[in-house]
Parts: sequence; C-alpha cells; structure tokens
Amino acid sequence: MKRYIIELVQGGASLLAGLGVTLRALVAQPVTVPYPRKKLPMQPGFRGHPMLVRNPATGAFTCIACGTCMQRCPSRCIDITAARTESGTKYPARFQLDFTRCSLCGICVEVCPVSGLAFSRSFAMPHRTREACKYDLVTRGEEGT
Amino acid sequence: MDTIISITSAFTSVALAAAVIVGFVFVNATALGYIERKLCGRFQRRIGPMEVGWHGILQMPVDGIKLIAKQLIVPSHVAGPLFYVAPVLAFAPAALPFLVMPFAPRIQVLAMEAGLVFVLAVISFNTFAVFLAGWSSNNNYSMIGALRAVAQNISYEIPILLSLLTVVFLTGSFNLSRIVQVQESLWFVLRHPGAILAFLVFFIAAIAETNRAPFDLPEAESELTAGFHTEYSGIAFGMFMIAEYTYLFVNCCLATAVFFGGWWGPTLPFGQYSSCIWFFIKAYTLVFIVIWCRWTFPRVRFDQLMNLSWKYLIPIALGNLLLTALCTKL
Ligand code: SF4
Ligand code: SF4
Repeated sequence: MKRYIIELVQGGASLLAGLGVTLRALVAQPVTVPYPRKKLPMQPGFRGHPMLVRNPATGAFTCIACGTCMQRCPSRCIDITAARTESGTKYPARFQLDFTRCSLCGICVEVCPVSGLAFSRSFAMPHRTREACKYDLVTRGEEGT
Repeated sequence: MDTIISITSAFTSVALAAAVIVGFVFVNATALGYIERKLCGRFQRRIGPMEVGWHGILQMPVDGIKLIAKQLIVPSHVAGPLFYVAPVLAFAPAALPFLVMPFAPRIQVLAMEAGLVFVLAVISFNTFAVFLAGWSSNNNYSMIGALRAVAQNISYEIPILLSLLTVVFLTGSFNLSRIVQVQESLWFVLRHPGAILAFLVFFIAAIAETNRAPFDLPEAESELTAGFHTEYSGIAFGMFMIAEYTYLFVNCCLATAVFFGGWWGPTLPFGQYSSCIWFFIKAYTLVFIVIWCRWTFPRVRFDQLMNLSWKYLIPIALGNLLLTALCTKL
C-alpha cells in the first residue's frame, strides 16, 4: 500500500514536471524559420564543396597546380589540368571536382601547401544530371559560388 | 390546422438545430485541427503551419478540400460494405451529444432527463465504428489496432462512469442542465474534494477513451502504421479525424458541464443565451490541456495502459464514489 501511494505521488510529480517543460517551450521563441523566406546564419564549421581560394590582394587563385590534393584525395575526385603563365608560374587551367564522389573529408584542404582550397558555404545544389555534379572549380570560383 | 402548424414549426426547429450542430461539428474539427497543429509546433519550438492564409489559418480547410477531392483507394481484400459503413458510423453519431449539451440556459436542443447516460452511450458507440473499421480492413495492423481500441474502451468506460456517478450522487440527477444549475454558487470541482478526484479520474479516462496520445495505442504509428484506419484514404480518413476531434470536444464539454459549472460565470447581458461564452471558454481550456498532454507524454505500453485503469483509476474512482455516497448520506 505504501509503495502504491509513493508510486502515485512520484508518478504524478514527474508528469507535472513534464508538463512544465513543454509549457516553457510553448512560451519560448520558436527556433525554426520558414526556410526559403528566412534563413539562419550558417554555422562556421559547415563543409560545403571544396572551392578555390583567391589571393585577396591580386584576386587570382592561390593554387599553384602542384597536384598534391589530386594525389591525396581518397575518393580520387579531383582532376587538374595545369598550365603556365608567361612568367613561368603554374596555375590550374581546369580544376574538376566530381562532387558525386567527394566525401567532404577535408584532406585536400589540409594538404594544400598554399592554402589554396577551402570549404564553400553553399548547400542547396540540386542537379538533374550526374554530369552537372562535376564542377569546374576555376569557372565556379569565378562565378563566386 | 393548428397541429399542422405545430408539426411544421417543430420540424423547422429540428432541421435548424441539426444544420447548426452539423455545421458546428465541421467548424469545430477544422478549428481544433488548426489549433492542435499550431500548438504542437510551438510545443516543439517550431512555428507550425504558416503558408496558407494569415499564419496558416486556411491550412485546415485546404487540407479538407484535398481530402474530399482525393481518390478513395479501396484495397481488394477489404470486407465489402462494412468497410464503407465504418467511417460513417464513426462520424454520424458524433453530433448527437450536442443535442443534450446545455451550452446556456436557453441553448439546449433537448433537455433530456437521462442526458448524461445518452452522451455516454453515444460516446461508446465510437468503439464500435473503430472495431468495424479494423475488422473490415482485413489487415493485421488494422485488426490489432481495433482489438486494442476495444480492450482500451472497455477498461476506461468503467472509471468514466464511476467518476461521473460521484457527481450524480451529489446532485441526484442525470439531467445535464440540472447538474449545471446546481453549481450556481460554486463549481463542483471547487466545492467537493470528491469531485476533484472524480474530475482527475474522468479526465485521464476521457483522454484514453478518445484514443489520444499518450493513450493512442489503436493507431500507434510506430508499431501499427496507422492502426485501425491504415486502409482508409481521402474523405473516409477525414471522417475518422472529424469524429476524433468531435468526441474530444464532447468529452471536454461533459467535463465542463459536470465539474466546472457549465455556463455559470460573471453575468452577461442576454445571459440566457450569451452565457454560452463561459461554457465554450471552459471547454476549450480543457481541450488545450488535452492537447498539451498529447505533446508532452510519450505513448504508454499496453500493459501500462491496462494497469493504469485497473490498478489505479478504477479503485480510486470506486473508493471516491463510496466516500462521497457516505458523506452525502451523513
Ligand atoms: S574533401 Fe576529401 S573527398 Fe572531397 S575532394 Fe577533398 S580530399 Fe577528395
Ligand atoms: S589546390 Fe593546393 S594542393 Fe591542390 S593543386 Fe592547388 S596548390 Fe596543389
């Protein structure tokens, strides 16, 4: 009988505590937003597809087309065609990223000797075909996405 | 001639009452659906429907039109006519309890002597519809859902009756408007400790009786897909939903009338009619609490459900009834 009453009282108290939790949620501000109309700030740690970084002074890509990232990518999704300027420095004429295979592991970003790669902030990238998922980061970078 | 006039006038008033009540059933279900979705969103710190109309206020009518316009998919293995009858059986009697509900001193279609018994009888009819739906769907999920509904309703009908009998002992009447009239000075739930206990028992049992979370085992989504209405689509499904919301509101109305003093509140002009405002405020407050409970508590297990009724609610209601009976006799 004693256990019965203790169970009843404790159970009732925990039910009331639960109701309190939801009541606080009811009067608190919602944390979600109606997505396409309103957007939340992106978290700093977000990993979009890797993209080429520009030198803020010159505006040119810092990448020297050394090919380290191409070699180290575990998914083998980077393909670079290098070219040389008249002064003899190498630059990527074509920098293809096959995003269907990229696992966003970040190895390419880490191994780059000149910090030429970074994660982008874009996340809404719907495509109709497999081919469209193969980005040329050189032209993509120029488009600013 | 006089008889013809009185018959036609009686007929008009009955037709008018029927139209108003059926209209109210639809509006009430739509409004409750919207309120529930909005509140559920806020309880989970979301914003709920926002797109259709101002703050999504037209979402439910639009959903209703969608349900009506949708094709009724009838699986080939269902048990013929019964499958079609079940949603109608769930929906049609749902309006009946409003006939005897005393919303205000002059707003009551039928001042029936056994009003309380009538309401309870109609409410338990829903079980029959649920069982028929599960049975005729000829599907394991539906069948288990229906069996659960029956077991659940049998166990929870008893505490409902016992807790309401407590008030019947105090008033000596099954007539709902008489029960409300007696509470002029003070609501039962404030006046009598037995009535508080009876209300708590009634409230828990009523949530279980209307198959709402945390007692929604007949339609437990995670185990039974959608339980008894798995095979229903379109407006047939809509009818079950309307019935569910209507029964929910009926139970809250019953609690208002029996425990919370019905229409009594501060006096209003044209009080004979306008005091129904107090009735609706009280009833919708109770509806809010039911929704609040639904979005707070997780679903109980089946053995817990049975334990709650047979080990807790029924003994408590029975003891309460005996004590109240003793007190009123002394
Ligand atoms: S993030 Fe990983 S998988 Fe993607 S391109 Fe870089 S190294 Fe390859
Ligand atoms: S991005 Fe970095 S690692 Fe890759 S080719 Fe260019 S400089 Fe080399």
